[in-house]
Amino acid sequence: MSAPLALRVVEHEAQVFKRFWRGTLFGYVLNPLLYLAALGFGLGSLITENQGEVAGLPYVEFVAPGLMAAAAMQAAAADSLWPVMAGMKWIRWYHGMVATPLRPRDVYTGSVAWTAMRAGLGATVFLVVAALLGAIPSAWGVLAIPSAALTAAGFAAMLAAYAATQEVDLRFPLIMRLGILPLFLVSGTFFPIDQLPGWLQVCAWASPLWHGVELCRASTTGMLEAVDLAHLAFLVGFLWVGWLWGIRSFDARLTA
Amino acid sequence: MSETPLIDARGLVKRFGDFTAVDHLDVQVQPGEAFGFLGPNGAGKTSTMRMIACVSQRDGGALSVLGMDPATEGSAIRARLGVVPQDDTLDLELTVRDNVLIYGRYFGLSRAETRRRADELLEFVQLTDRRDDRVDALSGGMRRRLTIARSLVNQPELVLLDEPTTGLDPQARHLVWERLYRLKRSGATLVLTTHYMDEAEQLCDRLVIMDGGRIVAEGSPRALIDRHSTRDVVELRFADEHAQHAALARLEQVGERREVLPDRVLVYTADGDADVERLTSDGPHPESLLVRRSTLEDVFLTLTGRSLEE
Ligand SMILES: Nc1ncnc2c1ncn2[C@@H]1O[C@H](COP(=O)(O)OP(=O)(O)OP(=O)(O)O)[C@@H](O)[C@H]1O
Ligand SMILES: [Mg+2]
Repeated sequence: MSAPLALRVVEHEAQVFKRFWRGTLFGYVLNPLLYLAALGFGLGSLITENQGEVAGLPYVEFVAPGLMAAAAMQAAAADSLWPVMAGMKWIRWYHGMVATPLRPRDVYTGSVAWTAMRAGLGATVFLVVAALLGAIPSAWGVLAIPSAALTAAGFAAMLAAYAATQEVDLRFPLIMRLGILPLFLVSGTFFPIDQLPGWLQVCAWASPLWHGVELCRASTTGMLEAVDLAHLAFLVGFLWVGWLWGIRSFDARLTA
Repeated sequence: MSETPLIDARGLVKRFGDFTAVDHLDVQVQPGEAFGFLGPNGAGKTSTMRMIACVSQRDGGALSVLGMDPATEGSAIRARLGVVPQDDTLDLELTVRDNVLIYGRYFGLSRAETRRRADELLEFVQLTDRRDDRVDALSGGMRRRLTIARSLVNQPELVLLDEPTTGLDPQARHLVWERLYRLKRSGATLVLTTHYMDEAEQLCDRLVIMDGGRIVAEGSPRALIDRHSTRDVVELRFADEHAQHAALARLEQVGERREVLPDRVLVYTADGDADVERLTSDGPHPESLLVRRSTLEDVFLTLTGRSLEE
């Protein structure tokens, strides 16, 4: 019963999305163009000149999947903090939902699922743009789409669960600046994590984004290995823990 | 009771921290009834309505709605309820029509069926000409009407309305009353809260007056007036406090009960006209004098007091 009910929430989100999909899609195209031009090709040409390949790859091929996973994480974070506060407190449409057969957990699950779907759409556009720019050497690259979506789902689940515990959005900018941004920088997005000092490497292992980046990179380069199952398992675990928290925090908030 | 009540609350309790908002409430609502909750701000009306609507967990007592327990069968109960919450929960980003459409989908209705009902309901609350506007652009009263329309999309057996007409202009208020009356005639059970005594008198077969989380009176509007007030009320205003004070002794001799307010004196009496005749023949000369029938408002103020409670 839970899945179909959550789908009704997805339908709501899609209905809202219909109103501004053009702008969103434009952003999805612009984002990889800018990042790949600046980092993949701009910075990348410097790196190639001085050092040659990074982790056995031309830099643009190395950085593209990293950026793809990171974009999914950032989109998920932005979609899961303020919009949840709006649904709970500012505009309160969540309260309209839970006055129907939908339960708080359906509202939560549907919102997270939608965020993951949107991130998947963003990742698809990213992949197409990157492929056109020659940054995706392998057809296995399509597997990077679900990998990015799963990464996004994990962050969405965790952050939406957290947002539902907050009365005001005071801490949200801090989460973006002190949580999401550092992860973006040290999760193997721009350089292999073995370049990091030892203690930061340990941090990177704990970073869900790193596991997402590794999965995406293994896909787009066609170098999937057994270890990627461990990355997959980590991301599934991250999503599961977030979800367990979220169904509780949404329930507590919406049935007070 | 021959029929099983649609709502059966016994010893219902709602707490927020140490504060008890609903304090061992007993209420039964029968099928087909229009039932009202009256009470001053903070009396616990919304808290009670939210528990009945299965969107707020009770902290004590027993509650059954449509024969089921909200604690375990909330989803199934809500499928058959229509809810107009005190604060609107509309989707501001969506159009008027889309708000009703998506709501129908929450109830699992087919798209075609929802479309048909949406058009009908928007007609019902006279919002058809605004159907393609974003809710953002609607006035408060229009939003209220949209909320009412939306709550009916699942053709509910039981409709819960928390201050349905607050913020509506008189035209819209009469429109809503008329619609609710029609709804009731079609067999729906209505439960509403209101601060408008005329609304309660018009719509409710039976009501309770709540104060501090408890019920202080229960009955039909007529029965409540008969029980807690006199038939008539005489209102006398005096030129100043001095004149008012001087008149009090004489006023003691008429009516059943007096209430002295800063700006006037109320005399509760079985026969206002007779009393006025006696008073004007000899006695105090009020600046103005009014005889009227007792209303629910007199009952309300008598039972819950005139001062604003903290
Ligand atoms: N979420 C909450 N947290 C803490 N206290 C609350 C909460 N909701 C209601 N209360 C308190 O419970 C009491 C009853 O509130 P409720 O909203 O049920 O009153 P009401 O009768 O609907 O009043 P009004 O006529 O103003 O709508 C109030 O004292 C209110 O402050
Ligand atoms: Mg209220």
